[in-house]
Amino acid sequence: MDIIVCIKQVPETGDVKINPQTNTLIREGVKSIINPFDMYAIEEGLRLKEKFGGKVTVVTMGPPQAENALRETLSLGTDEAVLVTDKAFAGSDTWATSYILSCVIKKLSPFDLIICGKQASDGDTAQVGPGISVHLDIPQVTFVRKIEKIEGGFCQVERLTEDGFEIIKTPLPVLLTVVKEINEPRLPSLRNMMRAKSAPIKKLTVNELELDKNKIGLDGSPTQVVKIFTPPPRQKGIIFEGDASDIADKLVAALKDAILQAKSHK
Amino acid sequence: MSIKVLADKCTGCKLCLKACPVSAITIVGKKAVIDLEKCTLCSACVDACKFSAIVIEKHAAKTEDLTDYRGVWVFAEQKKGLIQPVAYELLGEGRRLANSLKVELSALLLGSNFSNQAQELIARGADSVYVIDSPFLANFLDEPYTNALFYLVNKYKPEIVLAGATTIGRSLISRVAVRLNTGLTADCTGFEIDLKSRCLLQTRPAFGGNIMATIVTKNNRPQMATVRHKVMKEAAVDTNRKGKVIKEILNGQLLNSRSSLLDFVADITQKQNLAEADIIVSGGRGLKAAENFKLIEELAASLGAAVGASRAAVDAGWMAYSHQVGQTGRTVCPKIYIACGISGQIQHLVGMQSSQIIVAINQDPSAPIVQIANYALVGDLFEIIPLLTKRFKGAL
Ligand SMILES: Cc1cc2nc3c(=O)[nH]c(=O)nc-3n(C[C@H](O)[C@H](O)[C@H](O)COP(=O)(O)OP(=O)(O)OC[C@H]3O[C@@H](n4cnc5c(N)ncnc54)[C@H](O)[C@@H]3O)c2cc1C
Ligand SMILES: Nc1ncnc2c1ncn2[C@@H]1O[C@H](COP(=O)(O)O)[C@@H](O)[C@H]1O
Repeated sequence: MDIIVCIKQVPETGDVKINPQTNTLIREGVKSIINPFDMYAIEEGLRLKEKFGGKVTVVTMGPPQAENALRETLSLGTDEAVLVTDKAFAGSDTWATSYILSCVIKKLSPFDLIICGKQASDGDTAQVGPGISVHLDIPQVTFVRKIEKIEGGFCQVERLTEDGFEIIKTPLPVLLTVVKEINEPRLPSLRNMMRAKSAPIKKLTVNELELDKNKIGLDGSPTQVVKIFTPPPRQKGIIFEGDASDIADKLVAALKDAILQAKSHK
Repeated sequence: MSIKVLADKCTGCKLCLKACPVSAITIVGKKAVIDLEKCTLCSACVDACKFSAIVIEKHAAKTEDLTDYRGVWVFAEQKKGLIQPVAYELLGEGRRLANSLKVELSALLLGSNFSNQAQELIARGADSVYVIDSPFLANFLDEPYTNALFYLVNKYKPEIVLAGATTIGRSLISRVAVRLNTGLTADCTGFEIDLKSRCLLQTRPAFGGNIMATIVTKNNRPQMATVRHKVMKEAAVDTNRKGKVIKEILNGQLLNSRSSLLDFVADITQKQNLAEADIIVSGGRGLKAAENFKLIEELAASLGAAVGASRAAVDAGWMAYSHQVGQTGRTVCPKIYIACGISGQIQHLVGMQSSQIIVAINQDPSAPIVQIANYALVGDLFEIIPLLTKRFKGAL
């Protein structure tokens, strides 16, 4: 079973702020991590490999330092790591990103399964996975919470919805995006950590890919960010302290109207 | 694509320097100089410059005839034939956008065996409703739904298409936008129209809500966006409204799906759907044990609220994952969010900080949740919650 896992390096949540004087993103001291949901994608890939054999290839598109994220996945036991990096890719939105990744995956073919995280914590779009599957013209299942079985060229999975889960059967190859419930990621092993230090990382730049240069980077991106700003801070709140019964009365009085209003529009 | 400063126009006024989000601009000899290594071509400086001294040249801008595209569409999500409330929120917002563009507002309804659902959408403000009624569309499946939307958009060419940022909306619209070669902005919380260009200014949280970004799709149509639950106001019902119902038929092959839905299993732990809830009561590690979640459930019941949980409570096995709020769970935006025994670490906050009213019940006045709460009850939750439950039962 050949599995491709797409991961993104993201800034640690909470570290990202705007400097109020200059209105610019503060980049200094911001730690980079593997997108949290992608940890579950990696783990699921590893588990499937352990069950069915084959290999797990991790792909990321990003700046050169995204190599660190790939080395981290190698220390978890992935087999191959591909870094897609080029100035020409800078400024790609989800359309262009999913197009570039689909061209990379074509080059890495054949594969049985692509696994992505549900969404990336910097953009929270959940669009890249579905985008890749459209560019490759393969089926997709989003928000997968369990892979029930894989046999006879099909896989059967559970897809988390707002009100329960669906059981979906789909032929391979397929693209899945996964949620946290699917597994508990492992820790790196000593042996893999040693290997990760020196394992080769395959680098792909724009000229090594077969793609339409009009569809990548900022030029190829239909969307454009025109403004960034800090959301207005929440109003300073009221603190109730002291006797519990007193506190409860005060909250009920304070909230009653809002509750009635919230319920009335139904 | 390239960016350059026109030296004859630049006055060295530094407006661009302030506008640049990536600090790529410096002033050298009273002229702006752009560091192309840092520049992301976001065009913030172009807009900020009062002297038109900065220009971005898009080489490949495929400007098709955008004027062919008219009208605002909303995707009316249905489950088992029931129109989901998010569709009414979209119609509320869609009405406002359509009015300012002076165009029609339409709803899009895919499913099977419809009775008066189209009329409901008209009562909520749709001028017309496009319907495809087919047993193959009874339940959401990525491929036939994508084909249906793709077909309708190509045929009628709306300038804006909105859908809920729901499980269905996010899966579906991402596919449709790629097929249509157009831009899509996820999980928006605010819209404005730039009347001159007829562009939709789409504002959304990024980096978990620490930053807001405004995004446009300048040269492609339709402009597509998914919209966060509960942010927009539901359209009011007016049963006297009249509108058109346009029935479309999709060719058999386009209704095929490679994947199939075998079954649906309802989440019985969720008495109220978390995403749709107006009020959420959430519990965290402060509850100390699984059985104490009963306190949360009782308070929720007294308010008609849904039950949420912090990751600590989910990882401890006290609550199912479907209740987890936060970065690795769900993002919610209720009218009232009551956090009980939750400290409010950033990964939790990003999932709920756009709620209208936040209430914290916590014994630690320095907990982060207390700092952002509209009402913070500092004390022992085991004492306070039962009192609240009783009081709310009496008061409502
Ligand atoms: C990659 C990543 C992703 C994450 N994703 C999420 C996520 O999606 N959602 C999420 O919630 N977390 C997430 N977390 C975890 C997050 O960082 C916190 O660890 C978690 O939210 C803490 O849960 P808590 O507030 O319930 O527990 P704690 O932080 O332990 O807080 C318990 C609170 O209860 C209060 N308390 C205790 N006893 C009482 C009492 N008797 N009466 C009143 N108050 C009391 C305490 O004062 C304390 O403030 C993530 C972390 C990481 C690293
Ligand atoms: N630059 C990237 N390189 C590789 N995979 C990515 C990249 N961006 C997004 N992905 C994948 O797509 C998922 C969804 O990302 P997003 O659409 O940005 O929320 C992530 O969890 C990754 O699996």
